[in-house]
Amino acid sequence: MKILVCISNVPDTTTKIRFTDNNTAFDATGVQWIINPWDELALTRALELKEASGEAIEKITVINVGPQTTEPTIRKALAIGADDAVRIDAVPEDAYAVASNLSSYLKDNPYDIILCGIDSSDYNGSLVGGMLAEFLDLPSVSSVSKLDIDGGDIKLNREIDGGSEVLSTVVPFVAIVQKGIAFEPRIPSMRGIMMARKKPLNVVPSGGEAALTEFVSYDLPPAKSACKMVDAENVKELVDLLHNEAKAI
Amino acid sequence: MSVLVYTENWDGKFKKLSFELVSYAKQIADRSGTTVTALSIGAVDEAELKKLGNYGADKVLSATDERLNVLINKAYASVIAEAAENEGAQVIIFANNFTGKALSPRVSVKLKAGIASGVNAVPSSYDPFTVSKKVFTGKAFANVVIKSDKKILTLFQNSVEIAETGGDAAVEVFSPALNDADFATKVLDVNKITGKVLLSDADVVVSGGRGMKNADNWAPLEELAAELGAALACSRPVSDEGWRPHEEHVGQTGKIIAPNLYFAMGISGAIQHLGGVSSSKCIVAVNTDKDAPIFESADYGIVGDVQKVLPELITAIREMKAS
Repeated sequence: MKILVCISNVPDTTTKIRFTDNNTAFDATGVQWIINPWDELALTRALELKEASGEAIEKITVINVGPQTTEPTIRKALAIGADDAVRIDAVPEDAYAVASNLSSYLKDNPYDIILCGIDSSDYNGSLVGGMLAEFLDLPSVSSVSKLDIDGGDIKLNREIDGGSEVLSTVVPFVAIVQKGIAFEPRIPSMRGIMMARKKPLNVVPSGGEAALTEFVSYDLPPAKSACKMVDAENVKELVDLLHNEAKAI
Repeated sequence: MSVLVYTENWDGKFKKLSFELVSYAKQIADRSGTTVTALSIGAVDEAELKKLGNYGADKVLSATDERLNVLINKAYASVIAEAAENEGAQVIIFANNFTGKALSPRVSVKLKAGIASGVNAVPSSYDPFTVSKKVFTGKAFANVVIKSDKKILTLFQNSVEIAETGGDAAVEVFSPALNDADFATKVLDVNKITGKVLLSDADVVVSGGRGMKNADNWAPLEELAAELGAALACSRPVSDEGWRPHEEHVGQTGKIIAPNLYFAMGISGAIQHLGGVSSSKCIVAVNTDKDAPIFESADYGIVGDVQKVLPELITAIREMKAS
């Protein structure tokens, strides 16, 4: 059995967001790039499953659609423990183009389990996993917070609005995973970092459809007015303000 | 031509969110000179379906095959795509919730319809079709142009006003073609949260952070939430420590919420947390550190110990309600 983890290269989550070129492009000056947090959790769970499987899971591959500048992030995923990596050499213009590129590669290079994070912390699409499943005509289970493999049986928990469900599905499938799938992401060890340099990172040409959407400009939220401070000895005043001024209670 | 809106139900009932979606669809349909068709999947009675007319649905399609009683992504996406094609839908609208995120990307590929997800307003232009969406977890907005003929929007909750039109909707039975191969995924068990206000439904959210010190200190937060009919939430360290379940985590990697009123109790306001709550209409912060970043995003603040402030706050709210 082979597991594929789709990873996105995103700005560190503490990045102060700025735009350039008259607010038409993200300002990447000084930005640290990381593995998208949910993708990192997906990779962590994939490693846990592989370790628990004996020989049943033979390989974990990470895949990214991006230009050469994403390679440090891909190498980090290899250092965490993925066996090999694929980079599809294309600028990720929108979720449709990314999913189309992934699917065109996967049609000739199938995997049993495909894991995607539920969202990317940059453009917040929450789209690639579902699109990829549809391109490949596979089942998809989304908002997955638990994934177990027992022999050939696949069991998942997914969060729904107002509860959770236990599901089964069949390989091959796409799981779109969120918090809970792994406790906390693994950190690369020194040995992992050394080994990552020698692991295969295959670059393949773009083979997908064109984007259907275009991000044309950006706005920052309006500045917030100053916080009105209330004395800790006068909590009643806060309630008065919330009731009479904010009309929130 | 029409605007199709997928209206999910919860145990046969619609929610505020459903009416917001129909109101949103109605605004787009009016602007485009077309009508709104709502699609309901699963068992919902006629009186409930009719309610959607009051928010602008001209027609309601109801698909009730019992195999559709649970959400199976592949099967539901086929049903929605078929309805969209039958209706000649140019715009298809989903909620930006778990269900919308599960289904909209599949429908996008089926119909080759470009998606803007997490939109927070009606389109600013219809030619080119341009709409604003949240990016960088609420830290910015992007203006997205959808270039394809068919378009899909997933609406971020609490973005538009709900407007009653007093209209009447024609309810039609819709019997989509179901394909056995679409049902490879099975739902084995369902665990519904009962007796609690859900984060996704809440107008008021009471949230605790590391300043709550430990899991045993949550009783006053629960009491405050009960007093206000609020949902409970927490910051990331709290769910990482296992003080509270991860479903309650709000912030960049947890839930993104936009209630009318958000109480940040003992939360310092790391940038990742603020991303998840910054769209709240009013933020109240209580923290011992006067320099905590949460006060930069809050509307009202108290510098003080949450354990001391909470009982006083509960008392003051009770007094206010009694007067």
